[in-house]
Amino acid sequence: MKDLNRRDFLKIAGAATATAAIASCGGSTNGELGDLDPAGHHTGAIPTDKMTYRTNPNTGDKVSILGYGMMRLPNKPASPTSDPSAPTPEEIDQEQVNKLVKFALDHGVNYFDTSPAYCQGHSEESTGIALKASGYDRSKFYIATKLSNFAPQQQTYEEGVKMFQNSLKYLQTDYIDYLLLHAVGGGGLENLHQRFLDNGVLDYLMEQREKGVIRNLGFSFHGDVEVFDYLLANHDKYHWDFVQIQMNYVDWRLANETNPSNVDDLYGELEKRGIPAVIMEPLLGGRLSKMPDHIVATLKQQRPEDSVASWAFRYVGSKPNVLTALSGMTYMEHLEDNLRTYSPLTPLNEQEQNWLETEIADLYVSYPIIPCNDCKYCMPCPFGLDIPAIFVHYNKCVNKGNVPENQQAANYQQARRAFLVGYDRSVPKLRQANHCIGCNRCSPHCPQNIRIPQELQRIDDFVEKLKQNTL
Amino acid sequence: MLKLTRRILAIVFWLGITLLFLDFTGTVQPFLGWMAKMQFLPSVMAMNLITIAIVVIATLIMGRLYCSIVCPLGVMQDFFAWIGRWKVFRKNKKAKFANKYSYSEEKKWLRLTVLVLFIIMLLAGFNAGMVLLAPYSAYGRIVASLLQPIYIGINNLLAQWSEAHDNFLFYQVEPHENPTLLIIVAAVTAIVLFVLAFMHGRTYCNTICPVGTTLGYLAKFSWLKMQVQEDKCIKCGLCEKNCKAACIKVEKGQPVKFDYTRCVACGDCQAVCGKSALHLVPTKKRSKASSHADAASDLSRRSFLAVTGTAVAAATLKAQEKTTDGGLATIEDKVIPERKTPLTPPGSLSAANLQQHCTACQLCIANCPNGVLRPSTNMEHFLQPEMQYDKGYCRPECTRCADVCPAGAIRPISKEEKTAIQIGHAVWVKENCLPIADEQRCGSCARHCPAQAIQMVPIDTSIKQNPDDQQWYDGEGNKLDWRAVNDLLMIPVVNNEKCIGCGKCEYLCPARPFSAIYVEGHEKHREI
Repeated sequence: MKDLNRRDFLKIAGAATATAAIASCGGSTNGELGDLDPAGHHTGAIPTDKMTYRTNPNTGDKVSILGYGMMRLPNKPASPTSDPSAPTPEEIDQEQVNKLVKFALDHGVNYFDTSPAYCQGHSEESTGIALKASGYDRSKFYIATKLSNFAPQQQTYEEGVKMFQNSLKYLQTDYIDYLLLHAVGGGGLENLHQRFLDNGVLDYLMEQREKGVIRNLGFSFHGDVEVFDYLLANHDKYHWDFVQIQMNYVDWRLANETNPSNVDDLYGELEKRGIPAVIMEPLLGGRLSKMPDHIVATLKQQRPEDSVASWAFRYVGSKPNVLTALSGMTYMEHLEDNLRTYSPLTPLNEQEQNWLETEIADLYVSYPIIPCNDCKYCMPCPFGLDIPAIFVHYNKCVNKGNVPENQQAANYQQARRAFLVGYDRSVPKLRQANHCIGCNRCSPHCPQNIRIPQELQRIDDFVEKLKQNTL
Repeated sequence: MLKLTRRILAIVFWLGITLLFLDFTGTVQPFLGWMAKMQFLPSVMAMNLITIAIVVIATLIMGRLYCSIVCPLGVMQDFFAWIGRWKVFRKNKKAKFANKYSYSEEKKWLRLTVLVLFIIMLLAGFNAGMVLLAPYSAYGRIVASLLQPIYIGINNLLAQWSEAHDNFLFYQVEPHENPTLLIIVAAVTAIVLFVLAFMHGRTYCNTICPVGTTLGYLAKFSWLKMQVQEDKCIKCGLCEKNCKAACIKVEKGQPVKFDYTRCVACGDCQAVCGKSALHLVPTKKRSKASSHADAASDLSRRSFLAVTGTAVAAATLKAQEKTTDGGLATIEDKVIPERKTPLTPPGSLSAANLQQHCTACQLCIANCPNGVLRPSTNMEHFLQPEMQYDKGYCRPECTRCADVCPAGAIRPISKEEKTAIQIGHAVWVKENCLPIADEQRCGSCARHCPAQAIQMVPIDTSIKQNPDDQQWYDGEGNKLDWRAVNDLLMIPVVNNEKCIGCGKCEYLCPARPFSAIYVEGHEKHREI
């Protein structure tokens, strides 16, 4: 505590309250902000040649430990030529994407992960443009995309082929380095059969791998562990080149809190089989950066110079079988901070790992945070609700201590105003939680298995109590 | 002295009442609400004997102080008149005073005709006419429809600043959507009054205003009156030329005459007199208080025109399968249903009571935080408040309209009383209801009903719930498992006895643009 001088204290306070309200295609994830000096500048230049790389045992690819997730691309207000009746007059800020991608490549990032479903279907195209614009040769980077056939009408062989061919077209390439069956596990084995096995889509993808159009074939996994076990049990048949799983220090041992499957089991299984793991949600959509003050202080006290987010990235990077850790970096500051963390990676020692997995994770789940990572898979809600915005607002209020337990809370009046005024600011009235009718179309799409209607109802009850002063 | 005191008090009252109309947060009401309740005509409508007594007694003592201090429309005209006396508008720029007015004969026939007409319209329920002439309401409409939008606009700019700086001092509010009719009425009133006051001072107050006429004839009998000490007077005529009420007649060789029915006791004459010849002094004549106060009548009203034809166009909310992530579905605006009986706020007792007492001052509308109250454009309820639930509903913790109403059109109620006042009842529109139109399970109305007046029942009439174990059974008496229960398509049924008509179901009904459940007003509110 003696070492915590005033300047560090300011940083802690700064990081805890750092918020930016610019929309991004994946939501305004502003949490991955790096630490700033008192003038607001990042300290020191970011090295261009210090990135840590991992080797893919199948292809020998040297993959940067930091992978660029193209799900949370920056947005800007749409140009007037766009459809004026569209409810979200925003479009991807391509210029900014180009800048971010170029900067990432310049600093050693070479893995870019997208999907036909991301950013209302515009992510692949935007990624293709940015990679082309970077001037780097196609051989210098790896493209990962997915077969995202979630809607029933997309689950035929023809539609599957079409989706893959479109990916090649939008990404302006004739081969895909890493192709994933997108988010298998939700809906169980039945859903897996429907999407990939019975219609021959997986066979098609394996053919493409034979032809070299797909260099690595894998799957991203959420949900029912039965599906994971089934796919690995048939490893001899499918030869998975890699598997993408959700991993972070909160999920590691407390998997039941946010994720029904035990991450250490999944990771252990992959390690045992020598299948490299690609990590998604190392930061839980920014939640492990936007932490409650107390946790921010605890982490910062250990390494006052490092960002809160850096702990999460070092945590996943410290696992040797991790090929790359994906981060959806909306802002340059996210990218810079992550580059700093991984150029090169300073692995956590065992003591630090344990500390994160137990103490910090326990502390974190003791807050009533909704495990929403703002991925927007649930959207659009047919009844017009802005589900992630509601959860993000709620979590923000939890972090700031603005979710009072009752009227006796010391800051009740202040917290009430902050919650209610902030609610109207973050979510238009007609898109707030009280408009949920409980149709539950959203929940099956949620990779975090949040019982969305129930949570919305809980938040609405809370709002009503605040409004009526009956908490 | 009189002028200064009058000016200070007038400014205090005027600012207070204006703020009461501008403030949408409900903050100033507890401190300034009494100022609205001091208004004469609303008090007559409310049979608020205390205010009536105060105003009548004050008038009998000192004349039309009310018109100079309490009436915001009067003060506004004084303000316009003051602008009209600015040096730039004067012909003789060197003169110390404006000297722009002159005595005019009283338009007695016009004043009395208007007053009589006004009383007839009041009793006969011809609101459009009554409301147009009522002075306080005219002011309220000007502020609510012309100034409050500006006030809210400034607030919203501050809210942007506030949001940018991550504090919660100001928050965005949606301005009330004022009907064009209201804006036209208010703007015409403001312009006419500006021109009249700018040119001639208190013309409106002394020819048209029914309150002015009433108090004017009372003031005739007031104890203290402005009088000229003839031995000091040099008949210079300054007082006449600066009397904005045009009620002083100065003639050579004659005593100065005052028309006390038009004198608003402003003290301007006293202030301009170089000889200090004017004084407010007791008169010998004793007056008998004869109130022109118009007791609220119980005359029966014309029955409401039964407007029928409930809009029933099925809202086909087709759940399109999503293929990509993100984005927001378009939300269609709700269409206001045609209600046979207009909905009026709890505390108003009945639509008829509201119609009888309301002077359409817009104070309740300007204060409604839920976007529920808005001025009616129906001639029968001309600019009086009516409730609509397309933008919000009548929230249980709010009694603001009842708190502010000075006219007794919406009586004060407590939050607890409000929960038991039935202003209408919910009506189900089968064709729009999602379980029927789209086979989509819903139950939004039942879940949100604050009175627990709505229950969900299966469409399939053979499926019944056993009240003992709360389980559902099919026609053969087999218990349904939870899966089957989860899949049951249910429709709402309303217990009209419990429904209070708050409109939460209508507002939150997902069927758009026509809600599948809407509230029909009750002619007389009931207690449940």
